[in-house]
Amino acid sequence: MRLRVAPGGPAALKVLAAAGAAAAPVRLVWGDPLERPLASLSPPWVPALELDSGTVLFSPNAICQFFFLARGEEPTDLTNQWLEWEATELQPAASAALYAQLVHGKKGQETVEALGQLLDHIEQNLTRRGTAYLAGDTKSVADVVVWGALFPVLQDETSLPSELQALRTWFQSMTLSEACRKAADSVLMPKALLEFKSYLQKHPPPCLATEKATSNEPEEEDGSEHALTEEEITAAVDAWARGVAALPKPWRPQKPVLPVEGMRNVLITSALPYVNNVPHLGNIIGCVLSADTFARYCRLRNWNTLYVCGTDEYGTATETKAMEEGLTPQEICNKYNAIHAEIYRWFDISFDYFGRTTTSHQTTIAQDIFQRLLARGFLLQDTVEQLRCEDCQRFLADRFVEGICPFCNYEEARGDQCDKCGKLINAVELKNPQCKLCRGIPVVKTTQHLFLDLPKLEERLEAWLEQSFATGDWTANARYITRSWIRDGLKPRCITRDLKWGTPVPLDGFRDKVFYVWFDAPIGYLSITANYTDQWERWWKNPQQVELYNFMAKDNVPFHSVIFPSSLLGADDNYTLVNHLIATEYLNYEDGKFSKSRGVGVFGDMAKDTGIPADIWRFYLLYLRPEGQDSAFSWSDLMLKNNSELLNNLGNFINRAGMFVCKFFGGTVPNMVLTLDDKRLLARVTLELRQYHQLLEKVRIRDALRCILSISRHGNQYIQVNEPWKRIKGDEKDRQRAGTVTGVAVNMASMLAVMLQPYMPSVSLAIQEQLRIPPDCFILSHNFTCTLPAGHCVGTVSPLFQKLENDQVEALRKRFGGGQAKQTHPAPATLMAPGDPQLIQELTEKVAKQGNYVRQLKANKAEKAQVDTEVATLLELKKQLLLAEGKSPEVPLFKGKRKK
Amino acid sequence: GVEELALLAKLLGLPRGIKYGVQGERKVPVLQTNNGPGLTGLMTIAAHLVKQAKKDQLLGITAEEKAVVQQWLEYRVTRVDGGTSKEDTTTILKDLNIHLEDKVYLAGNIFTLADILMYYGLHHVMVDLTVQEKEKYLNVSRWFNHIQHYPGVRQHLSNVIFIKNRLYTNAH
Repeated sequence: MRLRVAPGGPAALKVLAAAGAAAAPVRLVWGDPLERPLASLSPPWVPALELDSGTVLFSPNAICQFFFLARGEEPTDLTNQWLEWEATELQPAASAALYAQLVHGKKGQETVEALGQLLDHIEQNLTRRGTAYLAGDTKSVADVVVWGALFPVLQDETSLPSELQALRTWFQSMTLSEACRKAADSVLMPKALLEFKSYLQKHPPPCLATEKATSNEPEEEDGSEHALTEEEITAAVDAWARGVAALPKPWRPQKPVLPVEGMRNVLITSALPYVNNVPHLGNIIGCVLSADTFARYCRLRNWNTLYVCGTDEYGTATETKAMEEGLTPQEICNKYNAIHAEIYRWFDISFDYFGRTTTSHQTTIAQDIFQRLLARGFLLQDTVEQLRCEDCQRFLADRFVEGICPFCNYEEARGDQCDKCGKLINAVELKNPQCKLCRGIPVVKTTQHLFLDLPKLEERLEAWLEQSFATGDWTANARYITRSWIRDGLKPRCITRDLKWGTPVPLDGFRDKVFYVWFDAPIGYLSITANYTDQWERWWKNPQQVELYNFMAKDNVPFHSVIFPSSLLGADDNYTLVNHLIATEYLNYEDGKFSKSRGVGVFGDMAKDTGIPADIWRFYLLYLRPEGQDSAFSWSDLMLKNNSELLNNLGNFINRAGMFVCKFFGGTVPNMVLTLDDKRLLARVTLELRQYHQLLEKVRIRDALRCILSISRHGNQYIQVNEPWKRIKGDEKDRQRAGTVTGVAVNMASMLAVMLQPYMPSVSLAIQEQLRIPPDCFILSHNFTCTLPAGHCVGTVSPLFQKLENDQVEALRKRFGGGQAKQTHPAPATLMAPGDPQLIQELTEKVAKQGNYVRQLKANKAEKAQVDTEVATLLELKKQLLLAEGKSPEVPLFKGKRKK
Repeated sequence: GVEELALLAKLLGLPRGIKYGVQGERKVPVLQTNNGPGLTGLMTIAAHLVKQAKKDQLLGITAEEKAVVQQWLEYRVTRVDGGTSKEDTTTILKDLNIHLEDKVYLAGNIFTLADILMYYGLHHVMVDLTVQEKEKYLNVSRWFNHIQHYPGVRQHLSNVIFIKNRLYTNAH
């Protein structure tokens, strides 16, 4: 085994002494403390023992222990106790004393006095036991370890107070022992001590654990903050001083919104949700919520914006659903379209129009595009081999066939695509096909169909793509998926189907067929706009004036980047084609997928039943928007983000800023006299604001949200450092300072309200009302300007967010399933049977209500007696809830060690 | 502290009713014994309980294992308990993450007292980690999840959730 020690390092002393005392066969290596340590955990200047097995011991005491163990000396309770005491009590104090001596040049005597109590402890133990050594009458590992900590500070026994007689005697006999003397001679040479001194000087002084300062301020994540320049500070101060006058007037377009010459005209669509599915959280963040946030941002930038969406209603799935529910397909669509509309209304999605595809405009426009394609020779006719189930008396749509994938032999490949290898499949190519409805074996029948001649359109498509890629903001996944489609080569694609529920094909010989949904559905964007305004062509046949953003999840990319643009290019009617294709990755639920059939996950219609406000959902979904990579919804993370980011950071800042105006300045924004610190803050906030714009212009919605949180963090820090609540009680100068800080803070809150509007519209509105922010300030510029000048009166300020409790979130997790819920609560060993869900829910609500009531009381500084009574009620309710859930009440753990 | 000694005693199957006191500002646990002045310190008492329960293998079998267990118990009472700042916590998680890279347990291939006390000592830290942090300290998470499912260890402590699929694959 190899022992590496650094000359001058005090810990080397005990290790060498122990090696000597236990006669351990070590190979000694005098290491240069600055070279790489043996193990990552072993800092320079601390000895390390490399065993023959490769294990490295980095704790000096463990190394000493090992030498004695190797010689057959087992640790006892007493030696353990001394080692633990040395590590936790003596060592920190001895290091501090040594530092004081070497670096601060303190006299030996002073530093020894600082060890007083610890020396007494040794003295008492020696006298009480009446033994020569610490753990008995023979020398043990304990003696070496304690001596090793003391010797560098004491040097010899004469520096010990004479009344510590037993300690003096013990220390002397230790120092005189051969092992210890040799160790001291080799480690503590004068030159080596100087080296150690210079090492210590480069490091912060060791401080005792009890003296450590604790801080509740969040650490700056990025240590290397951009340094502000003089110019930036001056510009920020100028912009601030210009006030509201500098802001452009908010653009309020006439309805219906139409493109305006000379303005930036932004047309936004989100992928049309299929009508007979209730959307889950992943669907919502994937398209409508992302598009909504961006649309709101565009409006705040004074861009002339139209946001349309609607339900995609045609297709086999609707027909089947109608059969199941005994309704007509149209009735099914009416029913589910209303459900969708209601969900999006709850999530506060700001569509200019939410329509549907089963309208007469859809028929007109789809048939027009079809006729133009036909006239220009971009359609082919061919016979198709199609699977027909004779038992069910129908041609089987792709999704009703299952079989073995012809490419990868996956056994449950669908008729249109293999879930395993992702390749698109022609249903007749499936091996061993089965009808999914009756499990019968379908037969292949030949029918005539129409095809879009994609190979003929490929050249035009590529030219357009090249230009759109170069000038637009396509997400990386959208570019990648599109390129791989083109690279694999385009083939003619069938656009007709043997169905009833769809847009009829206006061509003799095909009148009993309808358009295939992938051809038909994207035309819905146009027809939905046509239902909104008869001047729809000013949006959709106007690429010169209009910029088109498509929002979707990544599985929808090829239809929007390859197939639909090919149709429109072929129809050749100056259509507006997508400029920016924004695709998200997938959102998972806890550790798996959302599944309606297994009841796992939160679906759009259930979100409001959780009692969690829509804006909290919006915030959390946008916070973990699968931007660039998949992400997962997690209940505990939701609680954490709500409580840390919204409640403690954002909400806390805005509330304090407003409260200070109310409490200290009678609700009127005070005069502000900016100091250099304030000016730097203005510049810092301006930088964050610019970053926010830069990110949102590239539709990096999730990243831009971080800028908002970052500004409120700066704000909290600013308030914390300047302590307006103290200064308000001081002299004239202090009061003026309190006024300035309050004024700047409330103006930051005012700007945050605007920046937050795309993410949390209701919260933004609440701030607007509380601070009485003038409606004309609801505009986003690139500057942080004073919108609430001195003299502005604010309204009534109240908390914006509520804490989410663990119990509440656990109950929700249970309710909405997920693999972990079962693991989290194994069957309890108590006799209580789990209560009925209704009781649990009742109690959960009561707990939440009572919890909020208690917080309100505390916030309003209610009388202690009253608070105590209500807290007792709350605890009792929580206990009942736990019992109802069949758990034994949990005790909060080891809270004592956490920083407060 | 004292709470985890009670958990340990229960885990070891020792009879109830062992009385502990605390000493000083740091609330160092003290165990009253029938003979002598009693034992002081978490490591010391824990090792004593293990021997009392005749589960000596939890302290390591070979000299090397015993020293390694000692080392991690010391790390626990000095670094984990001594650490107060967020920075300290980060260092500890980093240290452990590196150490556990090629090990099942702290002492290599055997489950020891070091795992038990480190688990109790880190519980409050792990509970508060974000999903992303848990993934960043993947080896710690794996070890922690393993230990919390070790029969009898977790007891009434809350189960810390670890998501199985990686979410932040692009994170460095």
